Amino acid sequence: MSQINILAIANHPEILETIIRLINQNESWHGIPAGSLEEAEEVLRLNSIDLVLLGVGVDEETGGRITSLCRSIDPNMVCLRHFGGGSGLLYSEIRHALAGG
Amino acid sequence: MKNPVRHPAASRFYADHGWLKSAQTFSFHGNYDPHRIQFGALRVLNDDTVHGGKGFGRHPHDNMEIISIPLEGTLEHQDSMGNTALIRRGEIQVMSAGTGVYHTEFNKDQDEPVSFLQIWLYPNKLNVAPRYDQIAYAPADLHNRFQQILSPDPDDEGVWINQDAWFHLGEFDKGFEASYELRKDGNGLYVFVIEGNIGVDGQLLSARDGYGFWPGSPVSIKAAEKSFLLLMEVPEKW
Repeated sequence: MSQINILAIANHPEILETIIRLINQNESWHGIPAGSLEEAEEVLRLNSIDLVLLGVGVDEETGGRITSLCRSIDPNMVCLRHFGGGSGLLYSEIRHALAGG
Repeated sequence: MKNPVRHPAASRFYADHGWLKSAQTFSFHGNYDPHRIQFGALRVLNDDTVHGGKGFGRHPHDNMEIISIPLEGTLEHQDSMGNTALIRRGEIQVMSAGTGVYHTEFNKDQDEPVSFLQIWLYPNKLNVAPRYDQIAYAPADLHNRFQQILSPDPDDEGVWINQDAWFHLGEFDKGFEASYELRKDGNGLYVFVIEGNIGVDGQLLSARDGYGFWPGSPVSIKAAEKSFLLLMEVPEKW
């Protein structure tokens, strides 16, 4: 199975670092951090991303812009809101999204 | 009409980390079932028991309304907002994680376990300022009545959260029957039996069973034996 590239966007550096660390604990997943809309756009431009997590600090407007950008790159790219900031929901959010939930 | 969900106690996910035993009604951490994700805004209902002196080390949360209801023992809370608090049965703790908070939760007692319900609800506002609070209720407040412990209104009884949700606790004598009316039309009601046996909506529920449904009229709840129950009224969408 090929690796799943997951872009996580959040403006809280410690929480973002935690999310990336947790994602990378799964050998099949590769987490890429972005602390701002600009960083996220850069990552999306340079990488093939399968899943985007909109984390803390990403407001509705910014989330909408990122989602639109993702859809324009790949209509099948999944963008979802990440809640909770830790391991509690992260894994099931990702697994649910990858399963098409 | 949306379908009801019944979650017998034995159908929950079980996680045993040695120091922590956790029975989880919905998908959590490494446990995943696409049919057990949430009930409306109710996302986490964990029934946790922590060994003496052990606990959850420093970890983050954001954008989640987190409620703890101690059932036995003493839990020590510390967070990055500067709060340090002890909570026991008879108290309710709430944390709006909002833009981000770190906290620890430890069993204060070195010898006795602490058990508590850990409940997470999706917020109806993103990126709010983090907030911590706790309240106490008198055991008599629960006797043969529903005591409100949570609402969306800072001026109402109990703690408040950023969601159109209302929680009530009740301790009913055998045979006692009470009616609950939704605070907001269209909301769902998730009934969790902490102790005892109750009848609700044609279902007989035992200890640690959960039942969620979408009542259109007042709900009658009858205790088949002395029972302790938690009602969680939550929106389907927000």
